[in-house]
Amino acid sequence: MKQLLFALLLLCTNTVVSAQKIYQTKSGKISFYSAALLENIEAINNQVDSKLSNNGQLIFMVAIKGFRFENATMQEHFNENYMDSDKYPKAVFQGRISNLADVNFGKDGNYKTTVTGVLDMHGVKQPVTALGTIEVKAGKVSTKSSFKAKLADYNIKGTLIGDKIAKELTITVDCKYD
Amino acid sequence: MKKIITATTALFCMNILSAQEVDLFKIMNEESVKKDSLKKEYVEATFKSTHLINGHTIETTKAGLLDFRISHRFGLINQGSYQFFGLDNATERLGLDYGITNNLGIGIGRSTFQKQMDGFIKLKLLKQSTGYHASPISITGLSAVVIKTLKDADPNLKRTTSDKTSYVYQLIIARKFSPTTSVQLLPTFVHYNLVPQANDPNDLYSLGIGARQKVSKRLSITAEYYYQFNQFSGFYNSLALGVDIETGGHVFQLHFTNSTGMTESTFINQTSGRWLDGDVHFGFNISRVFKIKKQKLTP
Repeated sequence: MKQLLFALLLLCTNTVVSAQKIYQTKSGKISFYSAALLENIEAINNQVDSKLSNNGQLIFMVAIKGFRFENATMQEHFNENYMDSDKYPKAVFQGRISNLADVNFGKDGNYKTTVTGVLDMHGVKQPVTALGTIEVKAGKVSTKSSFKAKLADYNIKGTLIGDKIAKELTITVDCKYD
Repeated sequence: MKKIITATTALFCMNILSAQEVDLFKIMNEESVKKDSLKKEYVEATFKSTHLINGHTIETTKAGLLDFRISHRFGLINQGSYQFFGLDNATERLGLDYGITNNLGIGIGRSTFQKQMDGFIKLKLLKQSTGYHASPISITGLSAVVIKTLKDADPNLKRTTSDKTSYVYQLIIARKFSPTTSVQLLPTFVHYNLVPQANDPNDLYSLGIGARQKVSKRLSITAEYYYQFNQFSGFYNSLALGVDIETGGHVFQLHFTNSTGMTESTFINQTSGRWLDGDVHFGFNISRVFKIKKQKLTP
């Protein structure tokens, strides 16, 4: 009887010890880059909402209109002609760390991770698998990743795509969590 | 007894478990709904260009961009086949618009009509927005000076530059009703230092209305009309109908108008043509935007 109670109690303690921890930021950075024949296109959004849980869940949310370009006209065209930002104001990635066992949030280090999830952009949901790193340093966690996305997969159309604008973008994520 | 303890303890443990294991996606979505309700977002691109046809729109040239504008009006269509329906003749305005900030623009221009020089300053006063503390309209203020440099027919008149100057003050009030439909009103005050005839007023009041309807992503139909509350004798109200074609850094505007001049004080107050008589010009504006200064990627 006593032993059983003790065992149960231990089980409870266990749960508490492995409590879920959530890391979050509202100032993460997502940028994209496309190398094209005529003009390289680059834009940065540094107001990315992101949460990361030590249970492996990971989410990034970004306002499309928050992407800044060097050329203001390009920025306007991006929102109006390509991304339809009034209709689809956000892009959201929800995913999980596939190799969670390799990451120790309690110990400093640079952990190579694979994240799989769904990127919801321009009204289209596409599965994405991206390689990245999770860095733990003095209790602070940061994530970094870079992956490619084909515009056609997200139903992003335009006469200049394939000519002045590359068909594929490189998306870079860089978030430091509180 | 044993069973009860086991059951309650198990329940207790499960409770902790479910309390700890929160769904990140759910929290995020709830948070974002709350955040969005407090967010204010400005409406962009009410019009494609800083000019609708002859007149301005609420848009100013964006920061660091230089807009080279070629505005061209052929002769009157009713001139017949000898003048190739007006295409043998042309008047032109060459303009340079520059964006100092995203809300403040300046510009200069030269017209063949009366050999005019003009300059303007344009400031966004209020921007239409959605969400928290939204504004239903945008307002832009325009102030322009137009100087006629054409030599007088009679050299004995000795007109000064001041005599040939007119001033324009305009408020542009616009609303983008939907992603495809935008309408603007333009109450305008024009002052002429010297008027064509003795009985003509020096201070002229008018109200313009302009609209654009997008047909596709790159094609829109535009129209503008200026009603004059008081006017120079022998002149008519300006009406123009057009089509905008956008291709990357260019905007092509093709249109029909009864106005020959392309500055505010001329097309609003000195339009001598009448649509009903077939006094219509075919014309086009070409806008080519050059990037002079890069916008910072991180504000």
